[in-house]
Amino acid sequence: MNQLDTLEAKSIHILREAYRSLGSVCMLWSIGKDSTVMLHLARKAFFGHVPFPLVHVDTSYKVPEMIEYRDRLALEWRLNLVVGQNAEAIAAKRTFPDGAVDRITCCRELKAEALKHTLSGEWPRLRMDHELGRLAPDTDTAPYTGVIVGVRADEEGSRSKERYFSPRDAENDWNVDDQPPELWRYFKTDFEPGTHVRVHPLLDWTELNVWEYIEREEIPVTGLYFDRGEGVRYRSLGCYPCTTPVDSSAKNVADIIAELRSGKFSNIAERSGRAQDKDDGGGLETLRREGYM
Amino acid sequence: MSASTTNRAIDSADLERMDVVVVGHVDHGKSTVIGRLMADTGSLPEGKLDQVRAMCAAKARPFEYAFLLDALKNEQAQGITIDTARCFFKTDRRNYIIHDAPGHIEFLKNMITGASRAQAALLVIDAQEGVKENSKRHGYILSMLGVRQVAVLVNKMDLLDWDQDAFNAVTAEYADFLGRVGVNPTRFIPISARDGANIVTRGAEASWYDGPTVLEQVESFRSLDDDFDRPFRMPLQDVYKFTAEGDDRRIFAGTVESGRVRPGDGIVFLPSGKRSTVRRIEVLQGDSPAEALAGQATGFTLETQVYAKPGELIVREGEPLPEVSTRLRANVFWMGVAPLVKGRRYTLRIGTAKVPVELEDVLSVLDASELRSVAGASQVARHDVAEIVLRTVRPVAFDAADFLEGTARFVIASGYDIAGCGIALEALATDDGSTDGRAFAPGLVSASERAKRNRHSGKAVVFVSDSAVAAHDAAAQLERRLFDLNAHSYFLGATDLAEQTDVLARDERLVQLGHIARAMVDAGVVLVTALGDVDRFDLDRLRGMAAPHKLFVVGLGCTATEVGADLALEADMSPGLAIDAAVRALTAVGVLADYEI
Repeated sequence: MNQLDTLEAKSIHILREAYRSLGSVCMLWSIGKDSTVMLHLARKAFFGHVPFPLVHVDTSYKVPEMIEYRDRLALEWRLNLVVGQNAEAIAAKRTFPDGAVDRITCCRELKAEALKHTLSGEWPRLRMDHELGRLAPDTDTAPYTGVIVGVRADEEGSRSKERYFSPRDAENDWNVDDQPPELWRYFKTDFEPGTHVRVHPLLDWTELNVWEYIEREEIPVTGLYFDRGEGVRYRSLGCYPCTTPVDSSAKNVADIIAELRSGKFSNIAERSGRAQDKDDGGGLETLRREGYM
Repeated sequence: MSASTTNRAIDSADLERMDVVVVGHVDHGKSTVIGRLMADTGSLPEGKLDQVRAMCAAKARPFEYAFLLDALKNEQAQGITIDTARCFFKTDRRNYIIHDAPGHIEFLKNMITGASRAQAALLVIDAQEGVKENSKRHGYILSMLGVRQVAVLVNKMDLLDWDQDAFNAVTAEYADFLGRVGVNPTRFIPISARDGANIVTRGAEASWYDGPTVLEQVESFRSLDDDFDRPFRMPLQDVYKFTAEGDDRRIFAGTVESGRVRPGDGIVFLPSGKRSTVRRIEVLQGDSPAEALAGQATGFTLETQVYAKPGELIVREGEPLPEVSTRLRANVFWMGVAPLVKGRRYTLRIGTAKVPVELEDVLSVLDASELRSVAGASQVARHDVAEIVLRTVRPVAFDAADFLEGTARFVIASGYDIAGCGIALEALATDDGSTDGRAFAPGLVSASERAKRNRHSGKAVVFVSDSAVAAHDAAAQLERRLFDLNAHSYFLGATDLAEQTDVLARDERLVQLGHIARAMVDAGVVLVTALGDVDRFDLDRLRGMAAPHKLFVVGLGCTATEVGADLALEADMSPGLAIDAAVRALTAVGVLADYEI
């Protein structure tokens, strides 16, 4: 088996293990390339079905094209799409840069807090209504105790130490000093009640692997990743105030692969365009301990 | 695979991938070796080196290569690696994931996490300090985890002025130890990680060394052979029947551990012994593949439906069968804070099976630091390696490690946590099942006196069905009917058993139910209960607990023959007719001798 086959097999095994072992599980779908690859892997793991909800946290600062792409795929693949938001923080302008808070605080409010309360069911959720073809208020308020997330170990330091199955306690804390052992195909899948579990099927993938797999499997991604004549493209998708496009003339998946393999980005970190990573030395780790994905 | 649209020299999607773990005693320089390897091959992302240099400058600390990996705040403060961290590193030949495993004993479980993912290992040893406790322990663990390709890096040679005699002395001592635990290092390489000597570029000082550099050694490790031509083994991970959009496939899913399977192959589920034939290997889209191979996460439909549950091991007819037993001899490494002791319940996870297990015997404990076998121990303490005998409450299917390594591997959970890992060495003979030996002292009223008074004897009647609800309803109605017939009947609802996914809790519930059944039958009552979703082994467990009384099992639907039911009824039979049939059958076996329907 080549390395994409190996990566695929392990990710599918992990997805099946999560579905089998964790009670109420959902998958986080950021609309980016990684979580869309993960969604494709789920469709392969479950033979065309995705037997859990896909949760998207809408910060309201996403490029509108991402939202259109999300809804289109959700309808086409008949996905159980669930959307949450920190509407209160957005209304009160506790946001960056148009509000009075810094980047880290904005991330905490619009992503970490929104996610936490969406998963717990405390805040209102929207759900894709396939009859109506649009989002409608979700009547289900049950909490999700397991969440499948598409983080990769090569993204930055704290993620390189993640487990495939990573427990968070009732306060959402990540005890990085005392993580459960994982060996061979055995993961910690039994937990004390109240434990929240994060599952990371893409941990061993690199950015290049992700694009090679997108090419091989012909997975649709949003056009924001490509240069559309202006000489720039997004390498990593976040909120537009904090994510800057990179100079690049890559117009399709093959161009991106060439660029990553031996071209201009072969030695530049993917998240170098993400401003919140740089605000303090371990800013992202602080956020991740608090629940940022 | 889609056609490539650009002409590339190397298609890295087709490159090999290899996981290499770096292990060794604390402070012997593992993180520095990796930092050097990354930096000197130009494998670091630009952002990362700048980030770490800036952070060092801000904190007025000299830059060290080890900081690249110790990216988490608390690790930099303590200066030791706590968790296993992955680094990505590529050459023209391969893509590597390098696992930096902690050397501190407190974090041994993290070292295991890193090492179990590896196909090859670099064991780092400090030339000055020599062989330390964890140099030995890590060597042993690599052996048990099945990491066969090992190179030893004798680090900090600069501090010994590259003295060849000193290098030879450390090498001889360590080679002797490793040989005794079954590790035969490919190579010993003298290095100075700090100076980058013999990591990627050759160190000028060690003119006497003409072997490979660390990078050359890593490149020459072999990718492990795929286990395509060994016997087929696939632990059944799950059975899917998604009915959305008219999908009526029942798919048996799992990751193939070894061998291959094709449509038309006869397969056996173990330990249940159920058989069927593979119909089609299922995929998301496109043509069905001709076969499923070792390493693939796959799924297939069957020609004849069998009711098999996750946890069974699927093998191919006509190939060597795995062991099926309740007793196994094994090597185990214990990570739990509390020792592994006799008389306590643990969960054995082997393949996808989860089975309650007890420690039966400790054959020997290996003191990893001194490598001495200590006989006569009664428990296995944290960080000990031991040879033990395990006893499960129901049979498990596995292979002996010297036959097939993948299906010999297991972990032991204590409570919610994985507390031990090991490999099965052999299956041991099973003694007769009823070792319980429980006996209540009888009173002054005999069973026959009681039956004469009651005009019926005591009996435990168990309804079994795929549908817990159907079994429950039928059982409750039988209680009512018997009561109306003036029998002492009592219904005990146990539907929660079907929802109980924790194996220990589930087993406890079965044992409890068995004890109740025994006491109620002793008291002359007709106990009626219902279990959804149980198999022969669950029922055998219940039968054992209710002994010496015999259960009367009524099977509704397809599970009836599999569980060895005393009365098999159609799943869609009306409740009234089902109850009539049950009363007739109980009369026929003499429980309700005096009754007429």
